[in-house]
Amino acid sequence: MYDNLWLIPFFPLLGFLINGLLGRKIKNEKVVGAIATLAVFASFVVSCMCFVRLLGDEVKTHENIIGSWISLGSLQVDWGFLLDPLSALMILNVTGLSTLIHLYSIGYMHGEDGYPRFFAYMNLFTFAMLMLVLGNNALVMFVGWEGVGLCSYLLIGYYYEKKSASDAGKKAFVVNRVGDFGFLLGLFLLFWSFGQNGVWTINFTEIAANAGALENGGIIVTLITLCFFLGATGKSAQIPLYTWLPDAMEGPTPVSALIHAATMVTAGVYMIARMNGLFAMSPDTMMVIAIVGAATAIFAATIGFAQNDIKRVLAYSTVSQLGFMFLAMGIGAFTAGIFHLLTHAFFKACLFLGSGSVIHGLHHAYHHAHLNHDPQDMRNMGGMRKKMPITFITFFLSTLAICGLPFFSAFFSKDEILWWAFASTRGHWLLWLVGTIAAGMTAFYMFRLVFMTFFGAQKTDPRAKDHIPESPFVMTFPLMVLAALATFGGLIGIPHVIGDLVGHIPNYLQQFLAPVFEHTQTFHGIEAHGAASAEFGTIGVSVGVGLVGIGLAWLFYCKYPEIPARFCARFTRLHRAVFNKWYVDELYDALIVNPTKRLGTGLWQIFDVCIVDGIVNGVARCIRGTGGLLRHTQTGFTHSYAMSMVVGVVVIIAICVFQ
Amino acid sequence: MEILQQLFFYVVALVAVISGLLVVTCRNPVNSAISLVMTFFCLAMFYVTLHAPFMAAIQIMVYAGAIMVLIVFVIMLLNLGSAVAVRYRHAVTGAVVASGLMLFQVLIMLKKGSVSVVRGPIDAAHVEAVGHTELIGQSLFTDFLLPFEIASILLLVAIVGAVVLAKREV
Amino acid sequence: MIVSVYHYMVLSAILFSLGTIGVLTRRNAIVVFMCIELMLNAVNLTFIALSSYLGNMDGQIFVFFIMTVAAAEAAVGLALMITFYRNRESIDVEDFSLLKL
Repeated sequence: MYDNLWLIPFFPLLGFLINGLLGRKIKNEKVVGAIATLAVFASFVVSCMCFVRLLGDEVKTHENIIGSWISLGSLQVDWGFLLDPLSALMILNVTGLSTLIHLYSIGYMHGEDGYPRFFAYMNLFTFAMLMLVLGNNALVMFVGWEGVGLCSYLLIGYYYEKKSASDAGKKAFVVNRVGDFGFLLGLFLLFWSFGQNGVWTINFTEIAANAGALENGGIIVTLITLCFFLGATGKSAQIPLYTWLPDAMEGPTPVSALIHAATMVTAGVYMIARMNGLFAMSPDTMMVIAIVGAATAIFAATIGFAQNDIKRVLAYSTVSQLGFMFLAMGIGAFTAGIFHLLTHAFFKACLFLGSGSVIHGLHHAYHHAHLNHDPQDMRNMGGMRKKMPITFITFFLSTLAICGLPFFSAFFSKDEILWWAFASTRGHWLLWLVGTIAAGMTAFYMFRLVFMTFFGAQKTDPRAKDHIPESPFVMTFPLMVLAALATFGGLIGIPHVIGDLVGHIPNYLQQFLAPVFEHTQTFHGIEAHGAASAEFGTIGVSVGVGLVGIGLAWLFYCKYPEIPARFCARFTRLHRAVFNKWYVDELYDALIVNPTKRLGTGLWQIFDVCIVDGIVNGVARCIRGTGGLLRHTQTGFTHSYAMSMVVGVVVIIAICVFQ
Repeated sequence: MEILQQLFFYVVALVAVISGLLVVTCRNPVNSAISLVMTFFCLAMFYVTLHAPFMAAIQIMVYAGAIMVLIVFVIMLLNLGSAVAVRYRHAVTGAVVASGLMLFQVLIMLKKGSVSVVRGPIDAAHVEAVGHTELIGQSLFTDFLLPFEIASILLLVAIVGAVVLAKREV
Repeated sequence: MIVSVYHYMVLSAILFSLGTIGVLTRRNAIVVFMCIELMLNAVNLTFIALSSYLGNMDGQIFVFFIMTVAAAEAAVGLALMITFYRNRESIDVEDFSLLKL
């Protein structure tokens, strides 16, 4: 089985090739969708088999090398895949969600132009993402890293006729390039610093084995990890590079669910977890990661308060939840971070797909009534729970999960992170406080979303509101599966305190991931220690904060719907700042984008026009002038040519004679 | 006998040079053509004295016969009179100077240089015995067969070209 | 042999130079053409003289080919002149000036 790891990325690649090359020839939408979905499903099956095999195996790390890529002196880079508990979880996550979302897309994308193109890109994305998580060395990972960036760009700009969509695609690409630059620098630095110690390698297992050669906590390892973290902030939308993710919502909703919620944006978290040994060596970097994560968590949550576009709220929620994951990485709670990654993938994918279902229904209704309203604006929704019962139930369960209500999935994962933030040797009570407040804010804006969308009076245009259908089964089925996962998925990682209470239920996830993280944690003495009562205390506080958030949302948007308007009128400035996302985009424009543009314009006008064009035109003018002079020797008279021949003969004979 | 040979050479050479001069200087192209024929005849005589009777024969037939008839025919056809046929004076001077210089140089070269003395197997007696035409024929159909065939193709192309060019309507 | 190969070569050089002068001075294209024939014949004389002197047939074969080419040239060249005359009412070389600036 382990020798067939390459099959996992191979199937989506195959699907991409079929749909990408022949998709236009296949006139039938169903065939195109089926090919794409089956390709991903095939790799899901293989992933499951690998996972089951790995569960029962003593040896937890397996490499499958299918060929040599670069062979330079002592550096050997292979097309190799690595299966260990971490990547096994990730491939399950990626292929599983990808299958569900492909299935959903069959219904959602029905009738769109470029249907095969969409599925080809989605398959390509799945392929690239699997390369990213399965690569056994940093270079293969980088191939996947760039590949997912490319697919993200292509899919955000899927409706490329729309200027905002193509702009958003470009923004995502460019911002990601900044992060990729950091990733590359980190890679070079890592390679070089290992080479200084005689180990030329970028293979992950060898990196982990030889990490001791670097100075613990030294400047080099801090620099390397900071560079890698810059890459992670780009890909995973953290401060300062988060601005592209909300704009990325211009893409079709399944894309937002798959790429911008469940898989690609977690690549940064995965990368840090993959190199946990290296990151743990630099407490400074860890601290930076934790602070950035916590700051992003609370900052993005504030923006989520005032957005009216349903997908944008979810986008800021994603940024905020990713902040939680980075917080976990920064305090050494690798298991909790990966746990939250998984549960977040479940509930956020479900939320996005649910919002997609609502948008799909409204779009259908507006189209039916020949109206040109924005189907994503929550102010035009309300009361949808009666129209779309299945969507509502699944969405509601996922919202409960994201709010961390007891025994839903995020309850376990988020509280684990908060507990570690409070009690870890690398944690701090301030980080815990920020995280807890962010969790409360999450509950508030998520329930604001739910109340505005599904409860209250129906604010949809009366001409359209009777034509809102529940989505077809291909769309609701993935919703149900994901809602079930969002509800019960947390049970794989029940914390010890609760497990002991109920009767010695072990933390399965921790046991499973132990081979990857335990060595690092024991070596660097990273652990969360504290009394069980303290842990219960933090759990209680965060649940309480969540309930307060829900209650406030209920007060504001159900009981007294006039409060928000009064609030806005009272704090106009504050509201406007939040509504405009704290003017961060404008700030970046002023500080970075416009000066760069001006620099480019300057270089164009001075360097390009004067120097490059000057040289080129000068050479041409020079030749033209010479030609103009020489042209006069060409009289056009036969006699002068004959004469010059004779003169030439005279000269040649003279040379022969008088040599 | 040798005196006779010498005398013959000088007389014929003089005629050749004079008729060559006439070719260049005659105003009327017909006169030039007749002078050129004269030159060809003189050269044919030299070929005979140089033991190349076949070359002398085709010199008469091809040059004096075919080519010159063609030229005269074209002159007649176009009805060319003896219009101003010489270029400007300084052009003439330049041409004469350049050609004279060339002649002078060639003469110096001939004076300084010498002909190699490696002699081939064919001398006057051999030509006498075998026959000049047969010698040429042997050479043409053995060593120079390919150029010979190519020359035939060249002539074919020339015929086609001439017909196409001279036709009124293509 | 009193009439040596040098005599023939000097004669050939004289004839060649005369031909050159003709080509450079005459304006009538047919006369120019005839001067070229004169130059070709001068060269032929050299070939045959040297061939006879050295006892080798190759020079005469060369002359044979030169004559072939001259015949072809005469055919095509004169056809060209007829065409040119038809278009320009002249065969003055000075009028062959379409390549002029």
